[in-house]
Amino acid sequence: MPVLWRLARLDFDRVRQQPVLLYPEGALLLNQTGAAILELCDGRRSIAEIARELGERYACDVGADVTEYLSHLAERELIREA
Amino acid sequence: MKPDGPGRPTTLLAELTHRCPLHCPYCSNPLAMVGAAGELATGEWKRVFAEARELGVLQLGLSGGEPLARADLEELAAHAHALGFYTTLVTSGVGLTRARAEALRDSGLEHIQISIQDAEDGEADRIAGARAAHLKQAAAALVRELGFAFSLNAVLHRANLDRIGPIIELAAALGADRLELANTQYYGWALANRNSLLPTAAQVEAAATVADEARRRYRGRMQILYVLPDYYERYPKPCYGGWGHTYIVVAPEGRALPCHGATHIDWMRFDSVRDRSLEWIWTESPAFQAFRGDAWMPEPCRSCPRKADDFGGCRCQAFALTGNAANPDPVCTLTPLRAIVDRAVEEASAPPPPYRYRVLDPTAGPAG
Repeated sequence: MPVLWRLARLDFDRVRQQPVLLYPEGALLLNQTGAAILELCDGRRSIAEIARELGERYACDVGADVTEYLSHLAERELIREA
Repeated sequence: MKPDGPGRPTTLLAELTHRCPLHCPYCSNPLAMVGAAGELATGEWKRVFAEARELGVLQLGLSGGEPLARADLEELAAHAHALGFYTTLVTSGVGLTRARAEALRDSGLEHIQISIQDAEDGEADRIAGARAAHLKQAAAALVRELGFAFSLNAVLHRANLDRIGPIIELAAALGADRLELANTQYYGWALANRNSLLPTAAQVEAAATVADEARRRYRGRMQILYVLPDYYERYPKPCYGGWGHTYIVVAPEGRALPCHGATHIDWMRFDSVRDRSLEWIWTESPAFQAFRGDAWMPEPCRSCPRKADDFGGCRCQAFALTGNAANPDPVCTLTPLRAIVDRAVEEASAPPPPYRYRVLDPTAGPAG
């Protein structure tokens, strides 16, 4: 059940017109897909559930993308296990 | 912003004041500091924050000196929150009463970083030149209780590097979410105290092993960042993605700098936010353009494949050690200037001289 690090928060930067993940000493500019994945990281959904929900929304298989994206962010300690 | 101009900055470090209750000899502030009368007023800082946000800045550091020395800190933090920054208060913890901590929480401040000097109170107080260790521990408990995102920062040097293990355990006991273990960088007071502060190669090697083990052990509970001592590296550190690339510092009196170390480049004119907009300073001012890109680079940097990683190293260090800010960073082993750093390391192998403590008014001594 992935969840955002307690110190990180999703925001929308109106200057760049782009979603952004903010955390101490850092800012990650996101694309729409990245933001959509992180919005579902609420500690109550599994990676499979997140992938299924986004797959239905975009009408395609996003399983591999979601897994890869979240493992990349977990490596940077921005995503934790709830 | 012009399409062919610089990108957008992401970080503003607001040095609200040089006033500070501590006297740490490793401080990167300049030897000649600004008194309270010279500081930007509340309204000026608010304008600077608004301009920074319009420019694209996302991260705001409220720093100093000791930012709690400003009575308007809560008002500035509230303004920053309303503008949408992720704001960090960079503090010694001294002066963080419950009333002020609660007011800061109510202002929307998210993240507090407290400095610690050592794991042993007596040594910590000797390094800080003030009886502060117990106050810092009380401040840490308050920060934790009120639910702030909480970092600790320990600057490392010869006197405390051997206790990096106990420092890490202290940080865990205080409940930090993050711990920055930052080896001293030699600017300002730190440069003046270099012979007292530079660790030995053996100390550096042992500390790196401890930090590495702790980073793995605390993963998921406390994030540990270990900043290497660059005098013992083969290549220079990258300077915030390069000069004028992502980072702006505004000094207490309003001068805008590409790095807090840049204040030491004494021939360079840094425009003040009192005279110019932050956007003009970022895009047009000669100082911010001076070392953007790689056209300014001398050899061996210009033809070096590493220039994409370290941008020729630190301009402030090149100036501090060679007198020419356009030289390669003397830390780099690919330049003959490296002999300067090797000589400094050799010189510091002698028994350390007493500290020259940081004081705002050089005629007054440290309180401790």
